[in-house]
Amino acid sequence: MSLDVSLQTDPGAISDDPVIEARRQIEICNACRYCEGFCSVFPAITRDKVFTDGDVTQLANLCHNCRGCYYACQYTAPHEFDLNLPAALAAARVESWERFAWPAGLAHLFQTRGEALAVALVAGCALLFALIAMLPGEGAGFYAWLSHGAMVAIFLPAFLLPLLAIALGLRRYWQEVGGRPVAVADLVAAFGSAARLKNLSGGQGQGCNFEKEDRYSDARRHAHHAVMYGFLLCFAATCVATILHYGFAMKAPYGFWSLPKLLGVPGGVLLVLGCAGMLALRSRADPALGAPGRSSAERAFIWLLGFVGLTGLLLYALRDTWLTGPMLALHLGSVLAFFLLTPYSKMAHGFYRLAALVREAQIVRTSAAADRSEA
Amino acid sequence: MMKPSSDPLRLQSHEWDIVIAGGGNAALCAAIEGAEAGAKVLILEAAPEVYRGGNSRHTRNFRCMHHGPLGPLVGTYDEDEFWQDLLRVTKGETDEDLARHCIRMSAECLPWMQAHGVRFQPSLAGTLSLDRTNAFFLGGGKALVNAYYLTAQDLGVTVAYDAQVRHVAIDGKRATHLEVEIAGQRIDIAAKAFVLAAGGFQADLDWLARAWGPAARNFLIRGTPYNRGVVLKDMQDQDAQMVGDPTQCHAVAIDGRAPKYDGGIVTRLDCVPFSIVVNKDAKRFYDEGEDVWPKRYAIWGRLVAAQPDQVAYSIIDSRSIDLFMPSVYPPVAADSIGELAVKLGLPAAELAETVAGFNAACRPGRFHPQELDGVATEGLEPAKTNWARPIAEPPFYAYALRPGVTFTYLGLKVDRTARVSGPDGPYDNIWSAGEMMAGSILGQGYMAGTGMTIGTVFGRIAGQEAAKHVA
Repeated sequence: MSLDVSLQTDPGAISDDPVIEARRQIEICNACRYCEGFCSVFPAITRDKVFTDGDVTQLANLCHNCRGCYYACQYTAPHEFDLNLPAALAAARVESWERFAWPAGLAHLFQTRGEALAVALVAGCALLFALIAMLPGEGAGFYAWLSHGAMVAIFLPAFLLPLLAIALGLRRYWQEVGGRPVAVADLVAAFGSAARLKNLSGGQGQGCNFEKEDRYSDARRHAHHAVMYGFLLCFAATCVATILHYGFAMKAPYGFWSLPKLLGVPGGVLLVLGCAGMLALRSRADPALGAPGRSSAERAFIWLLGFVGLTGLLLYALRDTWLTGPMLALHLGSVLAFFLLTPYSKMAHGFYRLAALVREAQIVRTSAAADRSEA
Repeated sequence: MMKPSSDPLRLQSHEWDIVIAGGGNAALCAAIEGAEAGAKVLILEAAPEVYRGGNSRHTRNFRCMHHGPLGPLVGTYDEDEFWQDLLRVTKGETDEDLARHCIRMSAECLPWMQAHGVRFQPSLAGTLSLDRTNAFFLGGGKALVNAYYLTAQDLGVTVAYDAQVRHVAIDGKRATHLEVEIAGQRIDIAAKAFVLAAGGFQADLDWLARAWGPAARNFLIRGTPYNRGVVLKDMQDQDAQMVGDPTQCHAVAIDGRAPKYDGGIVTRLDCVPFSIVVNKDAKRFYDEGEDVWPKRYAIWGRLVAAQPDQVAYSIIDSRSIDLFMPSVYPPVAADSIGELAVKLGLPAAELAETVAGFNAACRPGRFHPQELDGVATEGLEPAKTNWARPIAEPPFYAYALRPGVTFTYLGLKVDRTARVSGPDGPYDNIWSAGEMMAGSILGQGYMAGTGMTIGTVFGRIAGQEAAKHVA
């Protein structure tokens, strides 16, 4: 029965180091525990008495920034403990993504500088304009502007290389938080939680405290759902089209009642509406409760994602007109920028959040098993 | 977001039905009941908006009578059991009629609270013993206070922050207006009815020192610095009938490094039963293992207050460091008792002697942290009657203890309708609720969640009665 109390911090010693500061605030929360019912973070805190760097990273990535705990907190400024757990965990979280990213410098650039994302978007589009101008098209619809072969040659590496970088980052994450081999049950629990955004529910379905201060609201959960499911539908449309292309020799363009369009059009609409909603909510939320210094890049990322959805819809709406070529360049250029920036932009949060949910499910499962074997 | 009506002159010229002094749980319950009955209500909260809510913002649960599961509560907690519990902690210093009325009314309060925005959660980790008696607020008392302010706002209640009530102007049996200071400006606010729910005087150190003695200046105040008893004193000066021991306050032993005010729950220390506690002369002064900690923590405030400089030190060894809820302050650690004494500023030889004497008096036995294990010292004065295990395995750890004042007992005497009495019987139009009248029911000791029960029950009653009066 020993405990490494040397890990404990003085509650009054506010630190500039994101991990040390998050640890200080987590320790105060652990001595209070009033917020236990809001989300998964607080029950996870109560399982420990001292917190290693890996524990802090795990808790930071488990937090969904619902902000319920901030508005309920008796220790927020001007109290000398100056608690702002949503911001402290957000700071530790973005710092961890930068640490895990490969190469790390890119993550810092694209998470702090909105204009860097804008430059990447412009560069992506310019590249596509140039390629469309240079390369011959073949076939119908947008393939007449850029051939299928050219698209595959560009996007296969642009899709796979970022995934590789993300995989490297996730491996570093898993090592740091002390993750164990994953069971199917952990994945089921994690995906179930992510699919419902359970941790933005306020614990009882009343929602979070993002844009209306101490009043609960489900707007952010709904907007995020629109973005997430819209994105997944668009991604599914692309996958289905690939299967149709190679498996069934059914080539684009597809009609409205085809599977790629039935998935892609609603997906695009949801994505655009969701991004617009997220931007509107952000404009009303208190920036002091989010990740410090990341606001501009986070906003730029939402714009980028919305731009991908919007240009995809426009590309479809303007088919068979002279605008197909320019729209194709804008759409594919934005998709290219989006793909390549996935490991270094806010998009990375989805992967790390999921990893944190898997790890949390794993800890809950193994500690329940330990309780049973003790009893 | 609630915008306080910052213009004092507009507040002054408005015709109010009910004006409430105070902005905590009891005041808000009164305001909501009054507004729902159609009254025009003004809340005068002495604190700025960020610190609104008095001590309610530090609370975490509400004790509630119930038959069968209710909200987050399991089993049954009936009137008689609640009453017996209250009788035990107050040692009879309670008004049975008022207390039983409060207990009975508590049952219907829980659904009312939910209907007015309060959310409950299951018992917190480490508080399972309370899951039958106490309903915990999701997010704690500040979340409850926020929910009530939003509900009050939706009902059209006006709130003035930084509004300190200085005087209740009474003509015969009727209050006519309140003298209020808002942002440095003195104004009179008239109304048809008044609810006084402005708390006790525990944050006024001068008053505490007058009541308790100069030692009180070394006390820490666990809650809001805004409960300075101004309204209470004003009513006392006007010969309102009072209840509760004017010299007493409820104090527990908390971490000696806690902030002077508003440290709240996190400054609690749960290590005493597994430790020896010494004063600044390195001498033990009380049986640390007398009972399980939830039943004893409340007496330690008083015990430490009686020691020189109102400070004590709880000392454990490495075997006990993982046995209690985490403290927010890291322990002072040392590899020897001598080094620990130096770090604490205690006389080293005396501390070594005290520890050695204690260790020599320990007897073998089966140490069991979760129950009264009967592992006691022999031939030691004062004895330690449970968990007496030698302090022998380095590193050694210590926490400083100081008395932390929770609330004071002095209050206004009220009847079942929460109406306040003056020298000639009940006033026509003054009601009181919350800590300001709780001394009638909690005349001594404390029982978790009872303050919020009294505040909710009598806050609601005060609001209803005041609304009836103005209707």
